[in-house]
Amino acid sequence: MNGTRLRLSNVEKSFGDRQVLSGIDLSVAPGEVICLIGASGSGKSTLLRCCNLLEPIDSGAIVLDGIDISAPGLDPDPHRRRIGMVFQSFNLFPHLSVLDNVAVGPRHVLGRPRTDARQRAIELLTRLGLDGHCDAFPDQLSGGQQQRVAIARSLAVDPDVLLLDEITSALDPELVGEVLDVVRTLKTSGMTMVMATHEMGFAREIADIVCFLHEGRILESGPPDVIFEQPTHDRTRAFLRRVLDAGRM
Amino acid sequence: MDTATSRERRLEYERRQRRRSTIIATASTVVVMAAVLVFVPMTPGWDKVRRSFFDREILIDTFPSLLKAFWLDVRIFLIAVPCISIIALGLALARNSRHPALFPLRATVAIYTDVFRGVPVILTIYLIGFGVPGLGLSRTWGQPIIWGTVALILAYSAYVSEVFRAGIESVHESQRAAARSLGMSSAQTMRIVVLPQAIRRVVPPLMNDFISLQKDVALVSLIGPVEILRRAGIEKSAAANFTPYVGAAIIFLAVTIPLTRTADHLMARQRRRTTGTAVA
Repeated sequence: MNGTRLRLSNVEKSFGDRQVLSGIDLSVAPGEVICLIGASGSGKSTLLRCCNLLEPIDSGAIVLDGIDISAPGLDPDPHRRRIGMVFQSFNLFPHLSVLDNVAVGPRHVLGRPRTDARQRAIELLTRLGLDGHCDAFPDQLSGGQQQRVAIARSLAVDPDVLLLDEITSALDPELVGEVLDVVRTLKTSGMTMVMATHEMGFAREIADIVCFLHEGRILESGPPDVIFEQPTHDRTRAFLRRVLDAGRM
Repeated sequence: MDTATSRERRLEYERRQRRRSTIIATASTVVVMAAVLVFVPMTPGWDKVRRSFFDREILIDTFPSLLKAFWLDVRIFLIAVPCISIIALGLALARNSRHPALFPLRATVAIYTDVFRGVPVILTIYLIGFGVPGLGLSRTWGQPIIWGTVALILAYSAYVSEVFRAGIESVHESQRAAARSLGMSSAQTMRIVVLPQAIRRVVPPLMNDFISLQKDVALVSLIGPVEILRRAGIEKSAAANFTPYVGAAIIFLAVTIPLTRTADHLMARQRRRTTGTAVA
């Protein structure tokens, strides 16, 4: 792998008295897929929100292609554009059509002319099999379709890294597949991704590196085979056993 | 039991229930109406009241001049509404700003809304309508009607800005997060994502405020201008009869009832949209 796309070094974050992230070090190479696993409340979502500067960090650094984007006083907007984010509950803009949801980024963030922006949106929606729904509004679509629109929306501003925050957790089980298929395609096309997920089977299949988070720390990380087959840490073993018992693997 | 009969029976039951509600509603309406129509005329003062409030001829005679005076109310209203909307939106946005350098602005706006929401509209009209022309302005700018309208605009901007602010705050934080994650600035997020949703949500309460405004325009008459309420007063003195007031009330109702119904209809539609179904 050539160099590092995104690097977190010694990131700390707390909400009031509660330490949510402590001493997070993480390196993501271009084209790499990192999966964050761990119980609810272990800090996965906060970690992703910090990467995207939606939450300010207390100390440490978030470095994107050699630039510390978390530096105090730096205007985060141009850098945020380069880090896309897909949310658990889709967060589509309900007052805009599917096409406009996707075109709004190119139009207003990249400053493309209206026709170009719409063209780009149509291309992306076609790629994700949603070209029949351009004029629909988000609440007319199924959860799986909405999540695919949300992915198209974040891809429309040409991000270098995509953050996926439990993107299948709010979906009916039969709709999970169509969204995961999109993630597979993205990996093939070389997109760098960091995803928090409860889908262990999928993490195992797609991740280059799996990180196990516990109480705001990365307790253990490595290739999926190692983490899932020979975890060294007791807590990782206990977590995986619980997941296995729940039939999620 | 086979399902066809059970379905039949259910439909029959529901039909009976509906018929029963209609009968009860009709009966109670008839009883109340009859009571009013029979008992009110039986009161000892009814004859006098009827003559001084419901005189057909006076109503017909004064109605055109009332209608003409009402045109002034309409013009004041039509000028006030766009001014209020713009100022109120500006106030709401200022109050929502988060930049520390804008603290003085936020504080000023907070004081403004507190003051104008806390003072009765009529007092605001008196103070501004009599006070400002006292500064010795030119003849055109010294007219009480201008300053009465300004007073209405200032008072209602405070109310309406609170409606806008509630609308802006009702847009979920996750919408902002999604917009910011695309790289939108906070101004773009407000303009493209938050405001369009907020304004859609506040249209019904906004209409209620504007219906109140439509009625409060009549308060401007207290500092001079001959709009409908004052005209009705003049006609009352001329005819020595209160019927012109009833005429004015009829004209107000002709405007406000359709507006109120529309607002209710919009609000009901919005409730259906946001909550899905109503509970029987």
